[in-house]
Amino acid sequence: MENNAEIVTIYVMGKKHKVPGDLTIMKAMEYAGHQFTRGAGCRGGYCGACATLYRKKGSYKLEGALACQKIVEDGMYIAQIPFNPAEKTTYSLDELRPDANTILEYYPELSRCLACNTCTKACPQDIMVMDYVQASLRGDIEQAAKLSFDCISCGLCAVRCPAEIVPYNVGQLARRLYAKYIDGPSQHVLDRVKEVEEGKFDEGIKELKNMDKAALQERYETREKILE
Amino acid sequence: MSDYESGYPDYMRESLDKVAATRASRVGKSFKAMTAEEKDKILRDFHPDWKMDQKRGLKVGPSKGQLMPHEVVDILEAHSIIKPEDIDLSSIDYDVDVLIIGAGGAGLSAAILAHDSGIDPDKILIVQKLRLGDANSKMSQGGIQAADAPNDSPTIHYLDIIGGGHYENKPELVEAMVKDGPDVIKWHEELGVLYDKLDDGTMQLAPGGGTSRRRMHSCKDYTGLEITRILMDEVINRQIGYVEFTCAVEFVMDDMGQVAGAVLYDMDSDEYKIARAKSTILATGGFGRLHIQSFETTNHYGATGDGIVMAYRTGTNLIHLDSTQFHPTGSAYPEQIVGQLCTEKLRGRGAQPVNADGELFVYPLETRDVEASALIRECYGRERGVTTPSGMKGVWLDTPLIDVINGKGTIEREFAAMFRNYNKFGIDIRKEPMLVFPTLHYQNGGVEINVRCETSVPGLFAAGEVCGGVHGKNRLMGNSQLDLYVFGRRAGKAAAERAKTAKTGKLNLYHLDRYEKWLREAGVETDRKSPILLPEYRGEKTLKHQLKLL
Repeated sequence: MENNAEIVTIYVMGKKHKVPGDLTIMKAMEYAGHQFTRGAGCRGGYCGACATLYRKKGSYKLEGALACQKIVEDGMYIAQIPFNPAEKTTYSLDELRPDANTILEYYPELSRCLACNTCTKACPQDIMVMDYVQASLRGDIEQAAKLSFDCISCGLCAVRCPAEIVPYNVGQLARRLYAKYIDGPSQHVLDRVKEVEEGKFDEGIKELKNMDKAALQERYETREKILE
Repeated sequence: MSDYESGYPDYMRESLDKVAATRASRVGKSFKAMTAEEKDKILRDFHPDWKMDQKRGLKVGPSKGQLMPHEVVDILEAHSIIKPEDIDLSSIDYDVDVLIIGAGGAGLSAAILAHDSGIDPDKILIVQKLRLGDANSKMSQGGIQAADAPNDSPTIHYLDIIGGGHYENKPELVEAMVKDGPDVIKWHEELGVLYDKLDDGTMQLAPGGGTSRRRMHSCKDYTGLEITRILMDEVINRQIGYVEFTCAVEFVMDDMGQVAGAVLYDMDSDEYKIARAKSTILATGGFGRLHIQSFETTNHYGATGDGIVMAYRTGTNLIHLDSTQFHPTGSAYPEQIVGQLCTEKLRGRGAQPVNADGELFVYPLETRDVEASALIRECYGRERGVTTPSGMKGVWLDTPLIDVINGKGTIEREFAAMFRNYNKFGIDIRKEPMLVFPTLHYQNGGVEINVRCETSVPGLFAAGEVCGGVHGKNRLMGNSQLDLYVFGRRAGKAAAERAKTAKTGKLNLYHLDRYEKWLREAGVETDRKSPILLPEYRGEKTLKHQLKLL
């Protein structure tokens, strides 16, 4: 990358580096000579591999970000949190019921929530984490599922939670319960699966498979488009 | 003049104003779709696949003579990163029935189906270069195709795929994919995937480039994330074996000519480990991080094409690797996210590609190869693009139209990821368009398989992006997500069946010696080594001064 950006000073796990000020934390660390194994994933804000804590010089505030989405700032002290030693309970979704106490049964530590909102403040996705933790606690599965949907399980909420709750695992259970039991399957999908099993489309596909390229091309170019 | 703070440099303001000025007049207007002849011409003139000096014929192995991008030939015409004499095959670290290499959508689906097919969870092992679920699968935004709408059918889906793939697809793979499609969606719903629905409980379906029906199922613009995290959760719940930060570097074969496991590399301890397996499934994904023709990429950090290299050394066939998918709309600005994906669903919901003068210049939903070529032509053939501060060119993707057409709030609701990511860099895509240019997105070709996901080498199965054939020479949107689950499930099932009766013989790495012989016979003289495992983004100075002392 051509770079005329202002040079800033960052501290990667305490070590000082001078880097162009318009790089993301991830690219700045690579610029400084770091090769990632842990701490880098999709590089686009979808996977949560690059959860990072930082503190700016002179500030008491510990902040969280995704290294691939946050631009470096002068005087930033950076430490990645590539793994979170969190408990994930195991369960068979088929044997669960979407009852008010199901989530609490699997994650009883939910009742320790202090409603301090630290999780929400830590979230790099700006999710209302505390609200879905509270919804889970009250057994409002739908609310917990919808509020937690954009979660990428980076773990920053869990690292910061004084009640030691792991919100992202709670959200995962809420979403699966909601989708399977409350939202439920779409009937037209089930109908189509049955039609496929009955062989309804076999002949039509066989016809296309047996066409020569010219005939197939003719069929393709003149096919009807129904896109509303 | 606009009443908000622009996220773009001042010099782009004139062009942005033109886009805003023409917006109202473009509502409900489209652009005529190209004829077959026009498509053919624009591909030849502007698609990167047609730059013949960017390819060469492969000189070694069963697929000798096939044209492929230089970057792909470079990793195939290369020495193994291990020396067979350094590896002790008598000490087995993992002895399993089914070994799965790669933990994206295909690998995770295969593991679940192998378990469903009667293999004990501790006799299944998933090895993963990075973390469980770290794959392109998770980054898929727009959605997954499956023909389950009443006005649609697997037959119509078949025709869309085969025409979009330029009639080069393997018909039996396409048939398998379109017929399994609705069942994949049913399976997802049983697992608790939260698809976008209309108020009446039916799927909210969007059109995509080259589709003749609305067929795209979505989970906001986090479709791949939602499906992958549920498959991961399921693998963990079932206590299926997996090991992270451990990559496969070569297959192990046996004296019956079968693939019988793999040599693994523990990225923490730098030691090799041996996995022996009755069936092995390759699900390592694609090659975006090879940066074909120096394109930026949408791909995951680990997408370095390891799978095609390892498979080819065992003697599998490769197919369609001459064709690479460039997604029409990657970010061209801001600098920090150049090359990242701007989902096709944006166009599916009404966003239009417009040039520097605010004019629509292409039907927004051409197939990806044609759409990408039209964007390249606008920038470099007609010089009607916008130049970024770093010298890159792009055209506008007019996203504010989405809310104009579908109502206020649509962007925030349906494009939460796009809206959030751009906001982080000061651009509000409800108010301003995105600047875009084609980006390297997908490996259209790969290892050849049949409908049971068997390769031409016994014991080796493959599924997902590492394979070629189903998409022909151009993949349609949402069909890679479908591909993962259709063929991942098929691979898991077939591998489990085989494992119930298969016997493994004495292990060896003779295929690596044979490959060396092929290289010598073809006159390939090189110090290149592969698979490359991770891309290199460190600075020149750092690399020049590298020492490995610890």
